[in-house]
Amino acid sequence: METPILEMKSITKEFPGVKALDNVTFSVRTGEIHCLVGENGAGKSTLMKVLSGVHPYGTYDGEIIVEGELQKFNNIRESENAGIAIIYQELALIPELSVYENIFLGNELTNGMVIDSNESIQQAVEILKKVGLDVNPLTKVKNLGVGKQQLIEIAKALKKDVKILILDEPTAALNETDSDNLLHLIQGLKAQGVTCILISHKLREVLAIADTITVLRDGKTVVTLDAHKDLVNEPVLIKHMVGRSIDNVYPKREKLPIGKETLRLEDWSAFSYALGRDILKNINLNVHAGEIVAIAGLMGSGRTELAKSIFGNPDRYRVSGKAFINGVEQKFRDPGEAIKASLAYVTEDRKGNGLILIDDVKHNITLANLKEITEGGVINENEEILVANKYRTQLNIKTPSIQQKVRNLSGGNQQKVSLGKWLFVNPGILILDEPTRGIDVGAKYEIYTLMNALVQQGMSILMISSELPEILGMADRIYVMSAGKINGEMPAEVATQEAIMELAVDY
Amino acid sequence: MEESKQTTSTTDRFRSLLDIVKMNISDYFMFFALVVIMIFFTITTDGVFISSRNISNLINQMGYIAVLAVGMTLIIVIRHIELSVGYLAGFLGAFAAIAMTFWGWPVFAVIPAVMVLGMLAGMLTATPVAKLGVPAFVSTMAAGLIYRGALLLVTMGTGTIVIRDPIFNAIGNGFIPDLPFLSGFLPGRHKLTLIFGLIAIIWYIISAIRGRKTKQSYNFAVPNTGLFILQLVIISALIGYIAWILSGYNGISWSLVILLLVVLVFQFITTKTPLGRHIYAVGGNPEAAELSGISVSKITYIVFGAMGLLSSLSGIMYASRLRSATTTAGLGFETDAIAAAFVGGVSAAGGVGTIIGSIIGALVMMSLTSGMNLMGIDISIQYIVRGLVLVLAVVFDRITRRNR
Repeated sequence: METPILEMKSITKEFPGVKALDNVTFSVRTGEIHCLVGENGAGKSTLMKVLSGVHPYGTYDGEIIVEGELQKFNNIRESENAGIAIIYQELALIPELSVYENIFLGNELTNGMVIDSNESIQQAVEILKKVGLDVNPLTKVKNLGVGKQQLIEIAKALKKDVKILILDEPTAALNETDSDNLLHLIQGLKAQGVTCILISHKLREVLAIADTITVLRDGKTVVTLDAHKDLVNEPVLIKHMVGRSIDNVYPKREKLPIGKETLRLEDWSAFSYALGRDILKNINLNVHAGEIVAIAGLMGSGRTELAKSIFGNPDRYRVSGKAFINGVEQKFRDPGEAIKASLAYVTEDRKGNGLILIDDVKHNITLANLKEITEGGVINENEEILVANKYRTQLNIKTPSIQQKVRNLSGGNQQKVSLGKWLFVNPGILILDEPTRGIDVGAKYEIYTLMNALVQQGMSILMISSELPEILGMADRIYVMSAGKINGEMPAEVATQEAIMELAVDY
Repeated sequence: MEESKQTTSTTDRFRSLLDIVKMNISDYFMFFALVVIMIFFTITTDGVFISSRNISNLINQMGYIAVLAVGMTLIIVIRHIELSVGYLAGFLGAFAAIAMTFWGWPVFAVIPAVMVLGMLAGMLTATPVAKLGVPAFVSTMAAGLIYRGALLLVTMGTGTIVIRDPIFNAIGNGFIPDLPFLSGFLPGRHKLTLIFGLIAIIWYIISAIRGRKTKQSYNFAVPNTGLFILQLVIISALIGYIAWILSGYNGISWSLVILLLVVLVFQFITTKTPLGRHIYAVGGNPEAAELSGISVSKITYIVFGAMGLLSSLSGIMYASRLRSATTTAGLGFETDAIAAAFVGGVSAAGGVGTIIGSIIGALVMMSLTSGMNLMGIDISIQYIVRGLVLVLAVVFDRITRRNR
C-alpha cells in the first residue's frame, strides 16, 4: 500500500455554537481525482479551508499529513508552498487587469524592481497552453466569459509546482460546454500527475470523473467509495448525502387544466447601453395561470436579462415591444411598479442582489411588502414576527431564530428566505432565476414541492434554469433561448435534453 | 425523556441570553465607554466636570455637531459621505444673519426659509450621486468648495455680521423659562426641567409596559418581570439624574430641545417606519433593495435632503451661539460629525449604524474636549487623544463585529 499524498486525521473544527467538522478523516492517493460531495453545510468547504490554511493551525484539532510529513499551515501561502492550491467557487480575478497580470498577481516576475512584462507574457502563454486556453495574454479579464475566467484561475494555480489542486464547485457558474471542457482539463491534469480534489453538487460530473468519492454529512465522513470497484451511482450517493433515499427527485404534480393568460410578451427587444448591443431580440412568449414555464439556454443567452427587463428593467435597457400582465399592457418604470402589478422575481444571485446579508431573516422576508404590516405609517414589528415565523415554518427554513443574520445561513436556507420574501408579496407571476443553484438535494426537493403547490393554487411560474433535468422534471412548457432570441418552444412531454441542447447551441 | 427536554430548553435559553449579550456588546460598549470617560473626568476635575453648569455648557456646545452627526449617520449608512455640511452650515448661518440684519426679515420667516434652502442644497448635491453615480466624495467636496466661496462672498463687504435678534440668539444661548409660581419650592432648581424629566419617565414607563403587554398578547416571549423592572428602574433613574443635573443650572436649553426633537424624529423614522427600513436596505445591499421595489435614487435624495436640513439647523444653532455670522463658521464641522458617527458604531460598508449610537459618539467626543479643557490639557494633546479614541472605537467595533 503506497503512502497517500494527503491524509487529514481526526479533524475537528468548531465555530461558536456549531461543530462544523467532527472527527473527519480524509485520505487522498497520489494522482487521483478525489471528489468530495455532501449537502450544503456538510463541511466540505470548511475541510478545504482547514487544509489550505485559511483556518490556521491551532484553530482546529487533528493532523494534516502531506507526503508523509506533518504540516502546520498558518496561512494560505504556507500551504501553497507545500504544493496545495485551492480555487474557490467565487472567482478571485481582477477584471481590469490583463490575463497575464492576473496570472502573476502576487508573484510578479521582476528585473530588480521593475516588472518584466515580456518574460511574464512569454511564461503566461506556456501556462495557458497547459489549460488549453487560446487567448491573448494582454486581454483584460473582464472581456472574457466565465468559463475562460475559470480556466485562468486554474492557470494561475498551475504556474507554481502544484501537487494537489482543490476545486470548489468549479462548474457551478458554467454552461455545459464549458463544464465539459473543465472536466477534460482536470482529467488532463491527472495525466500530468496532479492530484485533484473536486467539490461538486453535480453528481453526474462526479460520477463521470472521480476515482474516489468521499461523502460528508453534518461534519462527519459518511463513506469513502472507490469509483472503480464499489457500486456508485446517483441514488447511492444521494442516499449517503441525505441519509435517506429520495425516490423521486422531482415530485409529481397533478396536471390541472391551465388557466387564463397572465403574461404575454410581443416583439420584446432590449438594447444594453453598457454592452452596446441588443441583448433581447423580438421575443414572443406567454405564461398561463397554473403553469410552470421554463426558459432554457446557455449562460449568456439573455435569460436573466429577459427576466430583469420584464421586472421593471432596473438595469435600464432600452426596451421595445409590448408586455401584457393579465391582459393589460404595462410599461413598468421600476421594479416597484412590477411588484404592484403582482410580479415577483427571485434572483439568480441571492447573495449579490437577492438578500441583505447583514440583516436578519425577518427583515429580509418583509422587505418587499412592508406596507402589508404597516399601520398609520409605523411598522408593526409584532405582526412582522408572525409573518416571518409563518414562512419559516412553511418553507422549513433552518435557522436558530428569525433574528439570525441571513449571511449565517446555508445556501439552501438563504434561498428559502428569498422565496419567503417573494411569497409574502403574494404574486400572481413568480419568476424564478436558477431557483436551486448551489443548494443541496434535500432543499431542492422542498423547493420543487413548493413550486408545485404554488401553481396548484393558480400562480404562474416562469423558471430560468441551466439544469436540463430540472427543466424536464418541473416544467409544463419550455422555451429555449440563444443569443437573445427564442429559438424554440416545446411542451415538456415531448422534450428531451438533446432537443433542448440542439436549440440552445444554434445561433 | 421529558426531563432531558427540560434541560436543553434551559441551556438553550441561557445560551440565547449569552448570545444576545455577545451580539450586542458593540452596541452597548460605547455607552459604557461614555460612562467611564465621564467618571474619569469627574474624578480628575474634582467634580467640576459633572457639575450642572459644565454639563449644560457641554450640551450646548455639542448641539450643532450632534444634529450633523444624526444626518451623517444616515449618509454613511447608505454608503456615501457628505463633506460639504460644514460650509453649508456656515453659509446658511450667514444667510440667516443677512436676512435678519440687512433685509429685515422676521426671525420666524428666516428659520423656515433657511431650513428649506438647506434641504434643497442637500438634494442638489445629491443629484450627480443619485442620477449618474458620481462618487459622493467628489460631489460633496465640490459643493463644499462652492459653499465656502459663497460664504466668503456674502461676508466680503462686512466681515463678521453681528446678529441682534434676541429670539434668534436664544436658540444657542437661551433656556426654557421656569414656572414663576413655584419659586418657593426647591430653591435653586429649575422646576419645569424637573417636571419634564418626570413626564419623560412616566411616558417611558407607560410605553414600555404597553409594548410588553402587546408582545404578551401575541404570545411572544418577554424578559421576565424582575429583569423588566430592573430595566425600568435603571432608565428612569438615568432620565431623572440628567434632569436633576440640568435643573441645577438654568434647566433645559433651547439647543437641547432642538437636539432632542431631531433625535426623536430621526430615531422614530429609522426604527419604526418603512422609510427607515428602506434606508438600511439600500445601505445593506443597493441592488437587492432596487429589486425589492425600493428606489435607490429616491432614498439617496431623501437622505441627502435630510442632511441638508440638519446642516441648516446646525448653521442656525452655531450662528446663534456666537450671536454672529463669521467668515470661518462651519470650518471642520463635517470632520467632527463623521468622527461622532464612526465612534457611535456606523460602518462605512453600509447598512449599519444607529441615531442613538451617533449621539453617544458625539457625547464621547465632546466630553473628551470638555474634560481635557477643564484639566488644562494643551490643545495639541487634545487632538492626539481624540484621534486615538476615534481609531480605538472603530478598531473595537471591527473586532466585535467580525465574530458575528
